[in-house]
Amino acid sequence: MTKHRGRGMASINYPIGMNLGGDPSQAIVHSNPTGKFTVSLSSIDLGQGMKSVTRQICAETLGVPVEDVYVDTADSDTGPHCMGSFASRGTHRVGNAVVAAAREARGVMMEAAAEELEVSAADLETDGRGNIHVKGAPHRSITTKEVAMAAQFKQGKTIAGRGIFLVPLSAVDPETGEMSPATCYAHACLVAEVEVDDETGEVAMVRMDSAYELGRALNPRLVEQQLVGGAWMGVSHALYETPEPYYPDPKCGPRDFVEYVMPGPGDICPHDIAVLERPAPDGPYGAKGPGEMCANPVLPAVANAIYNAVGVRVDELPITPEKVLRGLKAQGGARPKGGR
Amino acid sequence: MLELRKEYFADERDDNLNEIGKGTQRQDMLGHVTGASTYFNDHQLQGMLHLKVLRSAHSHARIRRIDHSEAERSPGVRRIIRGQDVPRNLNTLLSLINFGLDDEPTLAVDKVRYKGEPIVAVVADSPREAYEALAKIRVDYEPLPVVFDVEEALKTGAPVVNETYPKNAFIYHERYDHQKLRFGDVERGFAEADHVIEHRYQMSPIEHAPTETNGSIAAPDTNGRYIVYTSTQALFFSLDTCAKILDVPSNTFHFIGGTVGGGFGGKVDTLTEPLSILGAMLTGRPVRYVFGREEEMQYGPPRGAERIYLKDGVTRDGRIVARKARAYFDGGAYTRLSSYAVVKCAAHLPGPYTIPNVYGDIYCVFTNRTPATAMRGFGVTAMDFAIECQMDRLAELVGMDPMEFRILNAYRDGDMKAHRRETKGAALVECVQVAAEKAKWPIRDEFRRMSSRQGGGRRMEATPAPPPRPSYELTRPSHEPAPAPAPAPAAHGATRFSSVFGTRRR
Repeated sequence: MTKHRGRGMASINYPIGMNLGGDPSQAIVHSNPTGKFTVSLSSIDLGQGMKSVTRQICAETLGVPVEDVYVDTADSDTGPHCMGSFASRGTHRVGNAVVAAAREARGVMMEAAAEELEVSAADLETDGRGNIHVKGAPHRSITTKEVAMAAQFKQGKTIAGRGIFLVPLSAVDPETGEMSPATCYAHACLVAEVEVDDETGEVAMVRMDSAYELGRALNPRLVEQQLVGGAWMGVSHALYETPEPYYPDPKCGPRDFVEYVMPGPGDICPHDIAVLERPAPDGPYGAKGPGEMCANPVLPAVANAIYNAVGVRVDELPITPEKVLRGLKAQGGARPKGGR
Repeated sequence: MLELRKEYFADERDDNLNEIGKGTQRQDMLGHVTGASTYFNDHQLQGMLHLKVLRSAHSHARIRRIDHSEAERSPGVRRIIRGQDVPRNLNTLLSLINFGLDDEPTLAVDKVRYKGEPIVAVVADSPREAYEALAKIRVDYEPLPVVFDVEEALKTGAPVVNETYPKNAFIYHERYDHQKLRFGDVERGFAEADHVIEHRYQMSPIEHAPTETNGSIAAPDTNGRYIVYTSTQALFFSLDTCAKILDVPSNTFHFIGGTVGGGFGGKVDTLTEPLSILGAMLTGRPVRYVFGREEEMQYGPPRGAERIYLKDGVTRDGRIVARKARAYFDGGAYTRLSSYAVVKCAAHLPGPYTIPNVYGDIYCVFTNRTPATAMRGFGVTAMDFAIECQMDRLAELVGMDPMEFRILNAYRDGDMKAHRRETKGAALVECVQVAAEKAKWPIRDEFRRMSSRQGGGRRMEATPAPPPRPSYELTRPSHEPAPAPAPAPAAHGATRFSSVFGTRRR
C-alpha cells in the first residue's frame, strides 16, 4: 500500500446575474425621525450575507455609520419586488438598487441639512460618522439625527429613496447563440493537492491554494465565508456526493445524512486564498458576486490532481474510491505523473 | 486564510471608502450563533394543521384509480386534496418570464412521471395522523416503460416522459430541440489542429442538503388574505407562482421569509407553498407543509446530471483552435429551470479562453426521475469540470505546463467571445499567476508578465454565414457531423501568441 501525492489545477470564470438579464430588484431606504435608516427589501438572506452587504452599501452611499442602518427582508407587503437570491445576482442587482435608493434619500437629507445650516446642499459633505458639515468648514456641522428631526417635524420632508436595478432582457439568436448573457464575470484559479491511497482508492485532500477575482470585495469576511464554504462544497461534489449513486439507474438513493456521504470536519484541508479586485463598471462599488463560482474550480482541480498522483483519469463524478480502484486496476497500478 | 491582493487593478479602484471593504460583522450574526434567528418553521400558530403528500411508488405509470375513502375516515384528517382541487393544476416555473410551456401538475391526475411525484395531499391535526391516513390511500397504477438515460430518451421510440414535450426534449425558439452556439468554423479548426481529442464527462446529480428543508406555513388572515411563512429563495417568484396556480390576485398573499437555512438553488421551485395555502383555503386553518429529510433528498429537486462530449483541436504550440461541445442536461420529468441552464451553458462556451472556432449543441432532456433544478453554478459547474479536465489533457498532449497553457489561451480584454460579445474586465491571467505563486508552482517569466489587459482584440476566424436550417433538426439530434465547411478565408489568430511559440515545459 502506497499513498501518492499529486497536484492539479483549474481556472474558471462565472457570469453575474440571471442569464440574458430581465431580473430586476428594487429597494426602499427611509429614515425614522432620529436619523436611523431602514432598507426595505424582499430579497432573501440564505446565509450568504444579503442583509449585511446591503447594509454596508446603504451606509456608504448615505454617508452614515453602518450602525445607523438596518435591513429588513423579506416581506411582500413592505419590501418592493426582487427576483430572488440566485444566479449570483444578490450583491450586484440588489446592491445597485440599494445604491440608487440611498442616493435619493441622501439627496433629501442633504437638502434638509442645507436648509438648517442655511447653505447650499452642494457645499455639504458627510463625514461617515453621523455628521454633515460644510466642506472646508467642519465646525459648521449638524448631526444626521438633527437633520432627520428637522425634516420630519419642521420642514415636512421625507428622507427616503426608491431604487431599482434592471439589466433589460435580451434575446438569443437561434442559429448562432449570439447573446448578451451577463455584464460582468468573476474569475478564479485553484490548485488542489491530494493524497491517493492505491490500496483503497481513497482520496484525501492535502491543501488548496487559490486566487479569486470578484470585483470589489465589499466585505472581505463575507467573501471569505463564501470562498471557504464553497470550496468545501466543491470537494464534496468532486469526491463524495450524489443522491443517485448508480446514475442513470435511480436505485439505492440515500435518504439521510448517514447514507448521503459528505466530508466531515476531519476531511477538510487548509485553504489559502488570495482575492483580486477588478471592479465591475456596473457593479455597486465595483462588486460582482462570489456566491456560486467558488465551488466550480475545485471539481476539475481535484480530478486533475488525482491524475497527477496516480495516472488515473476519472471523468464521471463523484470520484469514489471504487472508481479510482477500477482505474488503477485497469492500468496495472499507480502511475504517478510527478513533476509538481 | 484570505489575503487581499490590492496591487492588482489598483488603478481601477477607489479604496478610500468608509464602510465598503470592511469586514463588518454580519447584522444577523448574533441571532444565528445563539439560535435566536427566526426561520419560517419557528411560527407555531394556534390550530395549525399539517399537510403531507402521497408520493408515486412508480417512476412512470398511468393512474387508473385513487381510493381515499378509508383515509378520509382516518382519525385527525381534516381534508383530502386531489389534483382536481387545484385551480390551475398545470404550471411551469419560468412561465413568469414567458419561457416554456406549462408541463407540471401540483398533484398528479392521470399519470405519474417520476417516483415520488405527489398525487394526493392529506391535511390532518398532526403529522403522524397525516402519515397514517396516507398509508390508507389506495392507488391503482398501470406501470409504463421508463427511460432514465438522456441519450436513450432522445432516441426514436423512447417512452414519452412528458406529453408537453413528446420528443423528450425542451423546444428552443419554437424549432430546435437544443440551443446552438456557432462561432467560426469548427471543422476547419480541427483540420488545422495538430491534435484532436474527444472525451465524455458525466456530472452526477447533487443534493443541495440545506440544514433547513423546504417548507412553508400558510394561515388565513383578515380580508380574505393569507399570510405565508416560507423558506423560499425568491419571495415574489414564489408568490406569483402561487397566485397563478391558485388563480387568485397576487395581493391575496402576504409572504414573509428572508431568513433561510441554506438554499444553494433548491428553494426556488415553490414546492410546498401552493399546497399549504390551498390547505389553509380549504380548511380555514393554518397549514404547515415541510419536507422530511428523505423527501428533501430524493424528491426535492437535485442539481441535474449533465453528460458532456467535448472535442478539442490544439496546435503543437499550445493554441486551442477549435472546441466542440455536445451536452445533455438531465431535467428529470418536468422542466422547472433546466431549460434556462441550457442557454446559460451555451453562453459559457468555450470557458474563459479565446478560441477562434466554437460549436455547441446543448439539450434539455426529460427522463423519468425527480425533476432537477438550479444549484450553485447552474449551467456552468459541469461544463467547467469537462473543460478543465480537458485542458489538463491538452496541456499534457502538447507538453506544456497546465498553468502556462491556461495563460496562453486565456481571454484578454477586447477578445471576441463565442457568444459574439467583446471581453471586458478579464482577470483570468492574473488569477492563474497568483494561484501559481501561492502554490509555489513555477511558471516562466514571460507568463508571469502577461496581463488580461494586453494582447486582446482577437476575433473569430471569419465566420461563414449560418447554414440554411436542415430539415432533420427537429426530428432527432443528429450528433454529427457539421455542415460542410465553407471556403476558408485567410487564417488568423496565431500572431498574438508568437512571443511564446516554441516554448515548452522544462
